[in-house]
Amino acid sequence: MDLKLPIYLDNNATTPMDPRVLEAMLPYFVEKFGNAASRNHSFGWVAEEAVDYAREQVAKLINADAKEIIFTSGATESDNLALKGVFEMYASKGNHIITCTTEHKAVLDSCKHIEKLGGQVTYLQVQADGLVDLGELEKAITDKTILIAIMYGNNEIGVIQDVKGISQIARKHGVLFFSDATQAVGKVPVDVMADGIDLMAFSGHKMYGPKGVGALYVRRKNPRVKVTSQMDGGGHERGMRSGTLNVPSIAGFGKACEICMNEMADEAKRLSKMRDRLEAALSELEESYVNGNKDHRLPHTTNISFKYVEGEGLMMGFNKNIALSSGSACTSASLEPSYVLKALGLGDDLAHSSLRFGLGRFTTDEQIDFTIDAVKGTVTKLREMSPLWEMFKEGVDINAIEWAHH
Amino acid sequence: MAYSEKVIDHYANPKNVGTLDKSKTNVGTGLVGAPECGDVMRLQIEVDQESGIISDAKFKTFGCGSAIASSSLATEWLKGKTVDQALAIDNMDIVEELNLPPVKIHCSVLAEDAIKAAINDYRVKNGLPELTAEKA
Ligand SMILES: Cc1ncc(COP(=O)(O)O)c(C=O)c1O
Ligand code: FES
Repeated sequence: MDLKLPIYLDNNATTPMDPRVLEAMLPYFVEKFGNAASRNHSFGWVAEEAVDYAREQVAKLINADAKEIIFTSGATESDNLALKGVFEMYASKGNHIITCTTEHKAVLDSCKHIEKLGGQVTYLQVQADGLVDLGELEKAITDKTILIAIMYGNNEIGVIQDVKGISQIARKHGVLFFSDATQAVGKVPVDVMADGIDLMAFSGHKMYGPKGVGALYVRRKNPRVKVTSQMDGGGHERGMRSGTLNVPSIAGFGKACEICMNEMADEAKRLSKMRDRLEAALSELEESYVNGNKDHRLPHTTNISFKYVEGEGLMMGFNKNIALSSGSACTSASLEPSYVLKALGLGDDLAHSSLRFGLGRFTTDEQIDFTIDAVKGTVTKLREMSPLWEMFKEGVDINAIEWAHH
Repeated sequence: MAYSEKVIDHYANPKNVGTLDKSKTNVGTGLVGAPECGDVMRLQIEVDQESGIISDAKFKTFGCGSAIASSSLATEWLKGKTVDQALAIDNMDIVEELNLPPVKIHCSVLAEDAIKAAINDYRVKNGLPELTAEKA
């Protein structure tokens, strides 16, 4: 096969849409444009049918009932709805939420908002491998705790939490369990029954579907869970999320789920093999470190720090041909390096030196070969240019130097 | 954010990467920035003591492409200047030459700091008073 450039290895940020998804969406723009809530004519019925069908496809992928799927505009909205919606709905039971420091900003900032409203939030530190300590989690539960919010797979390091272990603790204490599974659904088997999840957020554009559509799973039995609507209006989605349904995107999201359902097992095998090959080759570089637990991880993700080179400078060496992302601050608007890597206890220097590789459905072996060469070559070149590398090689203790911080 | 052509050129073909013997009295070394901030720059000058002219300059930089380009450019500018002329190099000259966007101005500031630090090191080694913050 030919090498296709540029190479997209940022599939944790967003995935390209599968052409089969686009095909499933196309009829619902012009031809079948109806409002799924129009009950009195065929235009509405056709749209409703499409939504019902997609709801089944989505539910099936996570072993839920179709009635338990609330369509939203994406995982950010689902995170907001789950957290704020539970906080409001269960106010009479308590006001305490437990989450962890490596969550997505949509969860952390929703928690900050809840704190402003008088809620109490415990932010658990994660262990050095990115996993939540279940003992710590259980200890954090009080008689005011209403919700545990721990993500399924992490977007930056790919670490998969012990979701079953967490749900057992939640059950034991009669606390609801919400999981942001945006990075996991469609990539690894996610089963809300077996996993014991009460609420779960996920998104179309991380699984080869369209952007701007997602879902919140809300359990209906054992226990029956409800969230207070954060978007009021026509009472769509069982009153939990008003707004005319985005029929084409929902149809596409459903199709994306169906494809993942059928192809996930093979895809995960193929991608983890490629990922492992990439990781092994890059680990041959001295002073490179894989971040996060390697045994409990999404199959397509690896996050590696190349000590003594800075991530943005590193990416510049190949970003004409390879798209990926770095935990370094200089790539983002803020000057802080990745809070997820820092939460693992990485020093700022290692956090600044990290690259995240997110493989996907359309990644090829040739592209991985190219990436290995490009990254290795650039790391080596930049280390020759790095004063820190020179000091390291001369045995100078970099931490003993008094750096002038600014 | 796209890089300017000049930044890309310095990044791909950096000028004067290397190390001078810091034990020599006519070599001044400036080490600025911090690993925690994602940028460390080391800039060195070698001064011809008869003429007071900077005969050689070298750098090594840990940082983004703009930081690498700023230090590469700085070493080019330093060579052939007297130490006093070198003091006049302003970070905004670097910004202009490399077309750095506002978020990358601090990379050029780092280069100016590194020049001043190297000159100060040279001055102290040769019994001259260290320049104060405003003058330096
Ligand atoms: C873990 C996680 N949660 C939430 C989101 C937000 O998803 P969306 O873009 O669908 O709002 C993302 C994507 O960046 C994510 O990775
Ligand atoms: S060194 Fe951080 S942006 Fe240039």
